[in-house]
Amino acid sequence: MSTVTIAIPIADEVVRAQPAGFLRDLGSIAGRALRAVPRDVEAVMPPVFIALFFFVVNIATLERLTQNIRGFDYTAFQMATAILLGVTGVSRAGAVVLDVQDKYFDRLLLTPVRRTAILIGHMAADVAVAAALTVPIITLGIILGVRFAGGPIGVLVFMALASLWSLAFAGFGYAIALKTGNPAAVNSSFLLFFPFLFLTSSYVPRSQLSGWLKTVAGFNPVTYILDGLRSLVLTDGWQWGELGKAVVAIGVVGVVSMALCFAALRGRTRRG
Amino acid sequence: MRPRPKRTKSPKSAAVRAEGLQRRFNGTTAVENLDLEIAAGEIYGFLGPNGAGKSTTVRMLCTLLAPTAGRATVAGFDVATDPGSVRLRIGAALQDVALDPKQTGTELLRLQGLLYGLPSRALDKRVEQLGELIDLGDALNRRIATYSGGMRRRLDLAAALVHNPEILFLDEPTTGLDPVSRARVWAEVRRLNQQLGMTIFLTTQYLEEADELAHRVGIIDRGRMVAEGKPVDLKRAVGADVIIARVEGQGAAVAPTLHAIPGVRNVEAHGSELVITTDNGPAALSPVAVALAGCEVPVRELTLRTPTLDDVFLDLTGTRIEHDDNEEDAA
Repeated sequence: MSTVTIAIPIADEVVRAQPAGFLRDLGSIAGRALRAVPRDVEAVMPPVFIALFFFVVNIATLERLTQNIRGFDYTAFQMATAILLGVTGVSRAGAVVLDVQDKYFDRLLLTPVRRTAILIGHMAADVAVAAALTVPIITLGIILGVRFAGGPIGVLVFMALASLWSLAFAGFGYAIALKTGNPAAVNSSFLLFFPFLFLTSSYVPRSQLSGWLKTVAGFNPVTYILDGLRSLVLTDGWQWGELGKAVVAIGVVGVVSMALCFAALRGRTRRG
Repeated sequence: MRPRPKRTKSPKSAAVRAEGLQRRFNGTTAVENLDLEIAAGEIYGFLGPNGAGKSTTVRMLCTLLAPTAGRATVAGFDVATDPGSVRLRIGAALQDVALDPKQTGTELLRLQGLLYGLPSRALDKRVEQLGELIDLGDALNRRIATYSGGMRRRLDLAAALVHNPEILFLDEPTTGLDPVSRARVWAEVRRLNQQLGMTIFLTTQYLEEADELAHRVGIIDRGRMVAEGKPVDLKRAVGADVIIARVEGQGAAVAPTLHAIPGVRNVEAHGSELVITTDNGPAALSPVAVALAGCEVPVRELTLRTPTLDDVFLDLTGTRIEHDDNEEDAA
């Protein structure tokens, strides 16, 4: 049996708590979330493998369908879909549920940390992870011949749009995590993924969609995000209109998801 | 710039004060009209069975749970209107250890220190001190998932102490521990109180724990405070001595006979057990034995002892506290 030998640190210099400040709170929480990523690699790697897999398979199976469109680069077209497949749903929401279950969330709430910093810290880590996950997909795209008209800045804008979309979508996962404290419910947030990513121009250009799907795709914000991403690799220059619409679409989804997850955070901290 | 929080100093510098504190969950009242006044530097034992409302009270005082009604101040700050100021001054080890199994012990303590705003240089030193305090050795650099239950409890306590809180809440800190580990926790609680002057609010279902540690005890049952005072005073109120008679069959039938014996204050029958409180145990022992024999009740055991807090609880509520010791041995 181990022993507890206690020598109380009476203090020549007794440390006392003080408000840490929002940025330090944020950095501390984000740092912890990022440290956990390599320890929780099974939660991060599957989306990248899925994205890479479908990137290659979709090009092989669907490229011929667009061969009648003059000058159309299906590989560049598919890279945007692959990126969204890879980063949509990547978040630490599952880890937040485990914190709730392990009571560690209570330990965080006992500290003077700002409640919003707990969420935003996790989200900051999510953005970093999502940005990192775009790298192998973009690299494969470049190997397969995709070119960014905007050069390296175009690559960075591509990564930023994908990461911000990942963040906007992650809000739903956090909302479910904080509302339910149930890992199964968080996993089921994956279901939201389907209408967002498949009722849109994921596989063929919007002009090739027909009937109800074309109408639905017009209302789906992901359509505009894909258009924005594709504008960086399918055209010769900056398409500010397409990029602007993509930012607005991400903003609309983000406002809804953030409103839900911050409401869920308020609810959880209020009911204890 | 944030306005400086208003600190309401209660008379006699109460570290914890509650007035009419209440918490309901979906129509069920978990804590009802609770009044508390705990002086700075005091160890206050909050005693009650499972489900009595102890943990709910702690969660309200620690700002984790909003009261439904009433008011409480901790370290002079209102838990409902100024929770941030309360959090800076309290530490808490809750009933279930609250740790992240994927972090190492060092990472967890460092994060705690960062969130409590400790300067980086002081933080390194503090983590080192706490490492010695809980004697985890090299294990501090291992992931918490690999720790035993006892190691987790000690780390949980260290996490509560990172910032040298003025007031420490310990919610059933020894539940599930073996007697040796329990004694060590008791020694630690005493030392924190005596050497650092820390106010300690300790909930427990172990009567001997409250008796051993607490300067004052509050007894809670079904959400209501049923008694409060120094353990010695509470026990004295029950009577000077207690005679326990275990008989064959039901004891209730002979209770009136025993009650009529001069010097007997009270008789409680619980199945085959009779609890007789008296001002003079040695003098009453023989008459009790004779009365039981006269009623032709076979006596299996007759014990004379001084009252315990269990007797106080029994006297006040009519039931004994049953311990929940089904948790793992956390040593």
